[in-house]
Amino acid sequence: MSATLAVDVWRGGADGRFQAFSVPRRDAQTVLDVVTHIQRRLDPTLAYRFACRVGMCGSCAMTVNGRPRWTCRTHVSEVAPEGRLEIAPLEHLPIVRDLVTDMREFFDKWARARSQFKPTATRRDDFATVAPHSAERRAVDEAIECIGCAVCYAACDVVGWNPDYLGPAALNRAWTLHNDRRDGARPERLAAVAGDAGCHACHTQASCTERCPKHLSPTASIAGLKRATALAVLRGEL
Amino acid sequence: MSARLETRLWLAQRLSAAVLALCVAVHLTTMIVAVRGGLTATDILGRTRGSLGWGAFYALFVVAVSIHAPLGLRTVAAEWLGFRGRAADAIFALFGVVVFLLGGLAIAAVTR
Repeated sequence: MSATLAVDVWRGGADGRFQAFSVPRRDAQTVLDVVTHIQRRLDPTLAYRFACRVGMCGSCAMTVNGRPRWTCRTHVSEVAPEGRLEIAPLEHLPIVRDLVTDMREFFDKWARARSQFKPTATRRDDFATVAPHSAERRAVDEAIECIGCAVCYAACDVVGWNPDYLGPAALNRAWTLHNDRRDGARPERLAAVAGDAGCHACHTQASCTERCPKHLSPTASIAGLKRATALAVLRGEL
Repeated sequence: MSARLETRLWLAQRLSAAVLALCVAVHLTTMIVAVRGGLTATDILGRTRGSLGWGAFYALFVVAVSIHAPLGLRTVAAEWLGFRGRAADAIFALFGVVVFLLGGLAIAAVTR
C-alpha cells in the first residue's frame, strides 16, 4: 500500500475539469473520507454532499472510477488498488458545482410516476392489515428498501438516451405502491408509468440492479410493471 | 402518444418477436436442409408454388416482420438519434407498410 493516493476530483460545473490532489492513505479509508480530507485540509471550496456516513441517507453518491457508488460505503482498497481515484458527480443529473448534482429532476420523476400514496381509508377507519406473506407484499419485500440515492438513475443507459425516461428508482417506487392494497390510485399510476418514458423504455440491461448499493432489483420491479400494464390493456383497464 | 397505445405497441413487438423466433428458426433450418440436400431453385419453386402451407407460413412471417421491424427502428431512432414524435411515428408506420408490401410480393413470387 502506497503512502498517498492520487485523486482526481471534478471541479466546477458541466464545463469544469478534474483537479489533482494527493491524499494520505489510511487503513479502512472510504472514498467519502478522501473527499472530506480534501475539503477540510486541502481545499475548503470543494462542494460535496453527505449526511449520515453509514449508508442510510443516500446523499453521498458520486461517480468513483467511472461507476456510481455510495462514497461512504466504498472502501478505497476495493476500488483503487493502484492508489488512483477519479471522483466525479453522478451521471445524468445537472451539476450544481464540483461533486454536487441537482436532484430536482430525479425526484420530479418520482412525482410524475405517481409515487405518492393515495389513501383509501379515513382516520376513523381501523388500521389496515397487510399480511406479511401475501403475494403482493412479498413482491415488494426488497423494493420498499430503496432510499432514493440515484445510483441506479446514474447507472441507467436509457436515462442517458431518453431524458424523459422516469428511471429505475421512480418506477421501483411505483411498483411498491401498485402492490399496496391500501392505495387508491393504481389505475392512474399504471397509466403514468406506461409508454416510452415509462417502464416500456427499459431494455432490461440491469445496470441499475448491478449498481444498486442495497442489492435491490429495480429491473424486476420494472418487469412487474410491464406485466401489470400489459394485463391492464388486455382487460381494457388502461 | 397515449399510455394505452404505447403499451399495445410494446405488446405487439413482444408477440411479433415470439412469432419471429419460431419463423426464423424454421426458415433457416429449411434453407440449410434444402441447400445441403442439393435442391436447386427449380426444385424449391416446385415445392412452394401452389403450396397453401408455405404461403401461410411466409404470410405469418411477413406480418410479424412488418410489425416488429418498424417498432424496433422507431425505438432505435428515438434513443440514438433523438428522432421521435409524430413525424417519426408516420415514417416508421410507412416503413412497416412498405415491408409488408415487399414481403407480399416475395410470397407471391414463390407461391403463385
